[in-house]
Amino acid sequence: MNRAALLALLSHWRRSPLQLFTLLAGLALATALWSGVQAINAEARASYDAAAATLGEGQFDQLLPATGTIPQSTYIALRRAGWLVSPVLEGRLNGVRIVGLDPLTAPGGLGPVRLGEGTDVTGFLSQAGQIYARPDVLDLLPDTGAALIPRPDLAPGTAITDIGTAQRLLGRDGQITRLMVAPAQPLRQKPLAQIAPDLSRRAAQGGSDMAKLTDSFHLNLTAFGALSFAVGIFIVHGAIGLAFEQRRSVVRTLRALGMPLGRLIRLMALELTGFALIAGAIGVGLGYLIAAALLPDVAATLRGLYGADVSGTMALRPVWWLSGLAIALGGTAVAAGGAFWQLARMPLLAAAQPRAWAMQAGRGGRWQAVGAVGLLGLAGILAFVGSGLVAGFALLAAMLIGAALALPLVLDRVLALGQRLARGVTAQWFWADTRQQLPGLALALAALLLAMAANVGVSTMVSSFRLTFTGFLDQRLASELYVTTTDQAQTEALLAFVTPKVEAVLPLVQADQPLAGFPAEIFAARDHRTYRENWRFLQAVPDVWDVLKAGEGVLINEQLSRRAGLGLGKMLNIAPGLSLPVIGIYGDYGNPVGQAILTETLFQTLFPTIKPTRFGLRLPQADVPALTAALTDDFGLPAGQLVNQAAIKAFSLDVFERTFTVTTALNILTLAVAGFAILMSLLTLAALRLPQLAPVWALGMTRAGLGRVELLRAVLLATLTSVLALPLGLANAWVLLARVNVAAFGWQLPMFLFPLEYARLIGFALLAAVLAALWPAVRLARTPPAALLKVFSNER
Amino acid sequence: MNAKALILLLWLPVAADAQGFAGLGTSADGFSLPVQGEPLTFPADHGSHDDFRIEWWYLTANLTGPDGRPYGLQWTLFRAALAPAEATGWTSPQLWMGHAAVTTPDAHYVAERLARGGIGQAGVIADPFDAWIDDWEMAGPDFDHLTLTAAGTEFAYAMNLTAQGPLVLHGDQGFSQKSGQGQASYYYSQPFFDIAGTLTLPEGDIPVTGIAWLDREWSSQPLAEGQTGWDWFSLSFDDGAKLMGFRLRGTPDYTAATWIAADGTPTVYVDGAFRATPLDTATVAVRELPVVWRVELPDKGLDVTVQAINPAAWMAVSVPYWEGPVVVSGSHDGRGYLEMTGYE
Repeated sequence: MNRAALLALLSHWRRSPLQLFTLLAGLALATALWSGVQAINAEARASYDAAAATLGEGQFDQLLPATGTIPQSTYIALRRAGWLVSPVLEGRLNGVRIVGLDPLTAPGGLGPVRLGEGTDVTGFLSQAGQIYARPDVLDLLPDTGAALIPRPDLAPGTAITDIGTAQRLLGRDGQITRLMVAPAQPLRQKPLAQIAPDLSRRAAQGGSDMAKLTDSFHLNLTAFGALSFAVGIFIVHGAIGLAFEQRRSVVRTLRALGMPLGRLIRLMALELTGFALIAGAIGVGLGYLIAAALLPDVAATLRGLYGADVSGTMALRPVWWLSGLAIALGGTAVAAGGAFWQLARMPLLAAAQPRAWAMQAGRGGRWQAVGAVGLLGLAGILAFVGSGLVAGFALLAAMLIGAALALPLVLDRVLALGQRLARGVTAQWFWADTRQQLPGLALALAALLLAMAANVGVSTMVSSFRLTFTGFLDQRLASELYVTTTDQAQTEALLAFVTPKVEAVLPLVQADQPLAGFPAEIFAARDHRTYRENWRFLQAVPDVWDVLKAGEGVLINEQLSRRAGLGLGKMLNIAPGLSLPVIGIYGDYGNPVGQAILTETLFQTLFPTIKPTRFGLRLPQADVPALTAALTDDFGLPAGQLVNQAAIKAFSLDVFERTFTVTTALNILTLAVAGFAILMSLLTLAALRLPQLAPVWALGMTRAGLGRVELLRAVLLATLTSVLALPLGLANAWVLLARVNVAAFGWQLPMFLFPLEYARLIGFALLAAVLAALWPAVRLARTPPAALLKVFSNER
Repeated sequence: MNAKALILLLWLPVAADAQGFAGLGTSADGFSLPVQGEPLTFPADHGSHDDFRIEWWYLTANLTGPDGRPYGLQWTLFRAALAPAEATGWTSPQLWMGHAAVTTPDAHYVAERLARGGIGQAGVIADPFDAWIDDWEMAGPDFDHLTLTAAGTEFAYAMNLTAQGPLVLHGDQGFSQKSGQGQASYYYSQPFFDIAGTLTLPEGDIPVTGIAWLDREWSSQPLAEGQTGWDWFSLSFDDGAKLMGFRLRGTPDYTAATWIAADGTPTVYVDGAFRATPLDTATVAVRELPVVWRVELPDKGLDVTVQAINPAAWMAVSVPYWEGPVVVSGSHDGRGYLEMTGYE
């Protein structure tokens, strides 16, 4: 009996292959976007973990220099004072992060070789040395004489070698970047302040720094994945609901033949599980392709924004194969839950009413309204009281889902208005028929609304960001030329050479030092009109540059201000015994760490050993080529030590553009999914609507005319939805700019509006709707008259 | 003793396929070999011999607290060379390992340090004598007057050492045979140290006094193939005489001993004169280890029972072994140290 019943149920799909396709495709798309995003996140996290495990970051306390590097003699002095610390030297060679370790003192068995474990310690410590890295990383390294040893499990973009080899490769003899502190220290040791007063101790942080720093970015991606998944589930829900409704007669017959309800439901669940697994498998495969296509950009973004090294290639991880299938099953269960509920409650001999499904949404209208109002209300509350990244995303979710629920009701009101205003029979029929079709299209339109709103929101955010960022680059990169020197002698020679040739030389000197407990950098600013004229502050005291010049305050960036809760006038501790009030807060877009600016004099007092090696040169734009030529030809400055403003700006903008490639790509995919949803809804509706169209045809409207009306209807609904999506998208953008960005990156951006961009988006949405409606309309126009006539021969 | 913790060599890659404990039974490519009849010169030979593969400065002490409670103390610096040379900076092929331990009747505290040569983190200078790794140091104006410090996470000590007798050369004027096939090392001792100082233990600071024995040995291939480990005894008897004896386990076993009279006059015994027989074992670190021994040197009428003060004196370091204080009873009474390696 099971077999016969299952065959009877499955026969439905044979008769309606389109529905089957909709179901499978919707589910596969939802799964694909979701698991693609998850795969990207998993890959990135695996990279952070590998890096943390390789480098001991986050696992051990670290001793860091106030500035520059730690001399090797300080390391020896610490060891001889009883400090169990292990040296690490880091640097870049051909873009590869070189990490030098000492395997004998590294805590917790860090590093690729260990004593007494049969690993090649001799080779690692030998004069030529060994370099361990992923094969693709080894390919980037120049021939250094060291043996190259492939290790696929190491962190991406990172090569591990002995500290002696690293010092040789990087040309940094006797230098150490940081010291790892072993967790267990001996009973007796001299105080750190006595041995190495310049070093500060940073406590180990649970999990890797990188994972924390990039959390927000991944949450962002996850939110996009969830949004795409929701849109996909809309499609699946529609397909399943329709299929169940159309199979009522089959169900009635089977039950009349004695099939118990419970068994019937189990069979149908089995059937759907099968579909879910097939679609899930396809989806995970597609997700892999999406992830593999996007990962290089994600990797570039993470490197640009956070300096995190993430592998640009995908590894197949069983965990997301399984989670992809699970999410497909879960999504199907959610989408089919309502249908099963109805099936279980359906009277034994209820009449088969395929149209009743389409009207279902209308009957549930009241609940939908309550839900919509509730969610929008919640969004309103969150907008006022919520803070943090999770609240930001909850606000977005409540707003979007609430709006999706409200959409059919709003559209219905608008259409009713149109109907009242309509003159003429055809027009009145058009409005009434559109209204009557609305419930069947509601889900597809909701998908379009979400996709549009997301697009408007994200494009507003990205464009606002771009505008702000470009302006920010203009004020920050005011000098026409930037030169770098390698040592004190070259610095002096360079200053003597350029000073008579330019308007001003602005030294750019920097010390990396934690501020208020956060990683930060300290800069010195020379009092010059370049700064006075170009810099814009988010907040500042009056005559801020004069106050700074007097050494009576410090400027900080927005990131530091937000993270440490430092408003204007709050005191910031800069060095032991030196606290200064915050006199200005400036935007510092794209910088992951905090920043503070002091006067040049104060900086020199605090960091007497740091001499500037980078200089900004102010000169008339017209003189730039001449000076560039003079510097390279007459002075002999290597090309790599001279950068002009335009090149830096181009590079920064390139990093910026790549940052948002992923976002844009996901956006377009979401829009495509929505277009697909409309196509599928229209196709399924077309078949059902023949009985309603036949009388219109019989009354004299041509089939071509009917087709045109269908097209017009699609355009009308898409236009209405798009127009409604605009305010929703702007609200979306506000949340992204004012809430999510602040939590994710530490800066707030001013919001700009881009009407042309929105018009273009609406154009896209209409195009998608027209393309989706075209095929059903053409099919309608070509419906054989016999098919229309047959409607009248049926009872219904 | 001698082949004390040749342990170091376990580090070396040859260890993987080598014969014998810690890869000590391997050939000595490029390294110098001990030459019989070549006299030792002091103080130069207190320093390091970088052209030999392995070397150590090995001090053990039997201590007594104010309440008569016995303690044991160990301070060891090992040197192992990847190549027979020294260089400045990280390219130095010299590796250093320090072991420090304090043993009480019911506890055993161990610490280990590792270091590279060439950067100043560890090393030995002959005159004035200074041997150090990190903050651990054995140093003094000469080899007879030394201070000694070490610290682990649970213990620390600071000691003063004063030699009460002469250096003792083992084997043939310091050339110590290690197998029937000719493996040998240079080996001398200073077994006459008086020691006093403070132990810092979890229960507090404890002033202690006692006797200490310092071994110096260097070699390039001290074990023959097939020798799997050794049992080494340094015993000080109440009448002032001392005995160093070891058994290298293999087929056959190889034994050697030096009887040191109270005035420091050595009597050297070759293979077979010295006998050590396990009497009882204890389970230590998932191994059965002999912790009660019968030790015999018939030529001196010696027949004693040697018993570990704390059977759990297991050195849980990179290359683990057993090293702890013992009490001696029987024909002679006294105290001393026992080392056992190569027990799997």
